[in-house]
Amino acid sequence: MLGAARPQRSMRFRGRSYMAFVLTPEPPIADWLSELDDWIRSSTGYFVGRPVVLDLSSVKLSGQGIAHLVAELSARDIRVMGLEATDAANLAPGLPPVLRGGRAVSNIEAIEPVREKAKPSAQPPEKSQEPPSLMLDSPVRSGQSVFFPHGDVTVLGSIASGAEVMAGGSIHVYGALRGRALAGTGGNSRARIFCNRIEAELLAIDGYYRTADDVDANLRGKRVQAWLDGDKLMITALD
Amino acid sequence: MAKVIVVTSGKGGVGKTTSTAALGAALAQTGQSVVVVDFDVGLRNLDLVMGAERRVVYDLINVVQGTIKLSQALIRDKRVETLHLLPASQTRDKDALTEDGVARVIGELREKFDWVLCDSPAGIERGATLAMRHADAAVIVTNPEVSSVRDSDRIIGLLDSKTEKAEKGERMPKHLLIARYDAGRAARGEMLNIEDVLEILSIPLIGIIPESEDVLRASNLGSPVTISSATSAAARAYQAAARRLSGEEIEMTIPSDRKGLLNRLFGRRAA
Repeated sequence: MLGAARPQRSMRFRGRSYMAFVLTPEPPIADWLSELDDWIRSSTGYFVGRPVVLDLSSVKLSGQGIAHLVAELSARDIRVMGLEATDAANLAPGLPPVLRGGRAVSNIEAIEPVREKAKPSAQPPEKSQEPPSLMLDSPVRSGQSVFFPHGDVTVLGSIASGAEVMAGGSIHVYGALRGRALAGTGGNSRARIFCNRIEAELLAIDGYYRTADDVDANLRGKRVQAWLDGDKLMITALD
Repeated sequence: MAKVIVVTSGKGGVGKTTSTAALGAALAQTGQSVVVVDFDVGLRNLDLVMGAERRVVYDLINVVQGTIKLSQALIRDKRVETLHLLPASQTRDKDALTEDGVARVIGELREKFDWVLCDSPAGIERGATLAMRHADAAVIVTNPEVSSVRDSDRIIGLLDSKTEKAEKGERMPKHLLIARYDAGRAARGEMLNIEDVLEILSIPLIGIIPESEDVLRASNLGSPVTISSATSAAARAYQAAARRLSGEEIEMTIPSDRKGLLNRLFGRRAA
């Protein structure tokens, strides 16, 4: 009777609420998926690392249909963490659990999908072959937001005041950097920021940031790089 | 083939309306038929600058809503007969502009005129986006100061994403018009200089309009500066900009009233 001899340890269960994206498929599913594809194409990486709940209230799907839909989404790198508006009874094992009692939140950070202009569209898209980097050959204008969580971003022109570029990897700017550059957003502390001329409003690597005020005045207008030394954001001239 | 141009800036008070009127008049003076369209519904000004405020009966909103014919709302200029105005409504607001209605009106104007100049309201909301929606090219009016330049940059971004041309994957040609330029203040570093502005916005320049009394006076008189004082430095700058807009290549100069005795003599005689 080993178990009974041990002192009873209390087990703690706690409730906690999180924010999730709710996707609501609409019939016909095939059309909805192709619309979703268009959307994903215009804002690459939007769903990466984001929890998604599938609201099935607009469609009538069998257990098999739900499994198929979840598989289709995971093929698009969308991980479904829960299902809403369906019956747990008709779910095959291995599917996400059914959630209830969700409350709507106003639009969460509606990031304007960035239109990637002048993409090398000639070759057919081979997903696995694409290098994890994004090349922008036109300037990033004020008010535009570029988010590329997969890797490096290279900007041939300038990043204007009031524009922002966020990258999972490093950011390379061949023109002037006048807006915000946030590198290593997914937790990559080895990411760096390079620019031909620094007049940035804000630089950040892996969450550590500096505003224009905190940048050494002697560096303004120079060719610089920024990197992380422990938890300190360093900026030094390149030449 | 008609050309639809949107005159826009993002920021208010930089000289969109004045420039629309001056460019429109300059183009019309070459004999081409021109209409200037006021998109600033609710805060109309172009009628005043054109000196037509007492002749407005119908307006853009009436035409957009289809209650009257386009020809009933067009006002022909009394000084330059190839110049026309389609005024905005002062009593309505931008929500009265419908996408389909605007598309139809622009389509009709295309058939009637060589040039359609759309005077955009300030801001980046409905009025401004509808004014740029169907344009073939844009004139971006900027003052040589940081706030104006940044707002222009924002507008350029919208021109590349929210217009019909951009949605078809085409490039919208953009022309920069720098207004209210004061050479003295730029030299003293109180103003951005031309190179800075061009470097930030990186779009081709079609004109530099010097800060001038003539422009102010013209607006208050209700006569575009290219009509009221056609030989002034500002008017010459607008005339050159209009020719560049038509595709001519002219060397860029910053016109000045102080330069050249000849100009001054001519200026006096004309006045």
